[in-house]
Amino acid sequence: MGFWRNRTIRGQLYQAVALLLVVGCILILADNTLENMRVRGIQSGFGFLQQPAGFDISESLFGYDSTQPYWKAFLTGVGNTLKVALLGIVLTTLLGVLLGVGRFSHNILVRSLCLAYVETFRNVPLLLQLLMWYLVCVQLLPDVVDAEPFLGFYLSKAGLALPVPVWGQGLHWDVPVKAGFGIDGGVTLSPEFLALLLGLTLYTASYVAEIVRSGIASVPRGQREAALALGLSRSQSMRLVQLPQALRVIIPPMTNQYLNLTKNSSLAVAVGYPDLVSVANTSINQTGRAVECIAVIMAVYLALSLLTSAFMGWYNRRVAIRER
Amino acid sequence: MSNHPLPRWLAGFALCAAALSSLPAHAGKTLDAVKSRGQLVCGVNVALAGFSSADSNGAWSGLDVDYCKALAAAILGDANKVKWAPLNAQQRFTALQSGEIDILSRNTTWTLTRDASLGANFVGVMYYDGQGFMVPKKLKLTSAKQLDNATVCVQSGTTTEKNLTDFARVNNLKIKPLVFEKNEAATGAYHSGRCQAYTTDASGLAAERAISKNPDEDMILPEIISKEPLSPLVRRGDDEFFAIAKWVRNALVEAEEYGITQANVDEMKSNADPNIQRILGVSEDMGGLLGLDKEWAYRAIKAVGNYGEIFERNVGKGSPLKLERGLNSLWNKGGILYAEPIR
Repeated sequence: MGFWRNRTIRGQLYQAVALLLVVGCILILADNTLENMRVRGIQSGFGFLQQPAGFDISESLFGYDSTQPYWKAFLTGVGNTLKVALLGIVLTTLLGVLLGVGRFSHNILVRSLCLAYVETFRNVPLLLQLLMWYLVCVQLLPDVVDAEPFLGFYLSKAGLALPVPVWGQGLHWDVPVKAGFGIDGGVTLSPEFLALLLGLTLYTASYVAEIVRSGIASVPRGQREAALALGLSRSQSMRLVQLPQALRVIIPPMTNQYLNLTKNSSLAVAVGYPDLVSVANTSINQTGRAVECIAVIMAVYLALSLLTSAFMGWYNRRVAIRER
Repeated sequence: MSNHPLPRWLAGFALCAAALSSLPAHAGKTLDAVKSRGQLVCGVNVALAGFSSADSNGAWSGLDVDYCKALAAAILGDANKVKWAPLNAQQRFTALQSGEIDILSRNTTWTLTRDASLGANFVGVMYYDGQGFMVPKKLKLTSAKQLDNATVCVQSGTTTEKNLTDFARVNNLKIKPLVFEKNEAATGAYHSGRCQAYTTDASGLAAERAISKNPDEDMILPEIISKEPLSPLVRRGDDEFFAIAKWVRNALVEAEEYGITQANVDEMKSNADPNIQRILGVSEDMGGLLGLDKEWAYRAIKAVGNYGEIFERNVGKGSPLKLERGLNSLWNKGGILYAEPIR
């Protein structure tokens, strides 16, 4: 048994056995689940995705209505998740970088405000923050009927309605106007969306700020001193010397925060935003296909996470310092 | 490559073994399980005034709760031998399927989809309900058909979302549903003015008004847009327990039909009516056929009263909900409440 003494081969053998065991476990679990469901008369399968959904979704990026099949309803949910996640990631990054850099400000007021922000938002549970922002949106804002336009904008319990440019015969503006219980025209951001976006952004930005701060702090002090000695201003030194070097420390943990933000957006249902989880919840109840719907949720979040990781990995390799 | 791959290897194996050993959940006799446990596990609503709610001492009450108490009294001889499992709308079916609870008594609408695909059986209607709308009085609405362009708050995981969509389509209305996971969140958004209407079963609307701070600010629109027969459920594949659940429900209804009440159930034992004698187990042993004893129905009635008493105490005149009997009156008193005969 010579090959047994070969460490590499032995290691590979262990790995193969482990892999077989894992795959076997998964197969047995899946088979057992299906068998148990069959025995209990629980119907299963993804065929229901072709059936008409029959329920409405309050906001949709691409005109969904209740006569369309379940998979379109799911797609609408994914679209809503992506909408809040992408916008959230952009805003979080901007705010987080500002706050992180602010921690190095020479102005004590700016410095302490940034610190206070981070400590406050990082230490209050996200769900509470979401509920708070939602309450602020729907309690304090005026009813739609009482809303007054401001430069074509309406801010009311129905959300923020804003005019959008439309390219028809020449450029003109689609301006929102009051209609019955709601507002017609323009683009309306619902209070549910605003509360979720605000909550996710403010919460995650506090983490991003800490990452940015630690990244900048990791750049040797000499770099900054050298930059200043060369005659660069403090902001130039930050922008041109310190931040670029800090990036390679900042990027990897940032990926985590982006993933967190995307996954945390599943709290949407608490404030009535129709994200993927909300749509799946409704579907589970209409069809009874709990296992299938949960599988869809898991697959979508997994795909989103892997895509984000892949993108950030690519970006990280681009900004990494090349050893020459 | 690690120098000691074996322990990790073993750990993985142990994990798999653990996962597999706990596998085939026993789908057998619910009655035996309840008896040997000495307790009935009953899934109820987390909080729905009149149907199931817990007071500050943790004592549960309500129409759905009383049904489980009756069932426990019939099987175990003690209405208090119930373990309550408060469930939200999405958890309820999974809890029943997985065997976590013996019976689901949680204002659940009996529909074809649920009956055919959940692996559960509906026991019998405990309450005939229908979906309605609540709106603020200040909107001065008189009909649900005026809700065009309105935003309506609903709770997720119920039949309400689909009914609402159907109603909007039939009447050519644009209605935006705003879906919340928790009922309190849905009603909260409604009361804050985010939605122009709140929709759920009419009994739920009455319950919401009963606990509202300013019940006079809201009104319930006349339209009832759906049929919502609410029934308890048991797991499929256990006909014995299914039958027990069905006949306890029937016993409560028949008791009202024959005038047997919580107060007079003892005197009624000496009543000459053979129907009453059968129900109370004075003459024939009906319980034996179900796998119970002679006095199963006697104990159920003694514990919670007949259907009429349960109704009045929890949702009717004697309660803050003050719902009319309406459809839920007995079949011979203008309603559609009917029970197959115990004989």
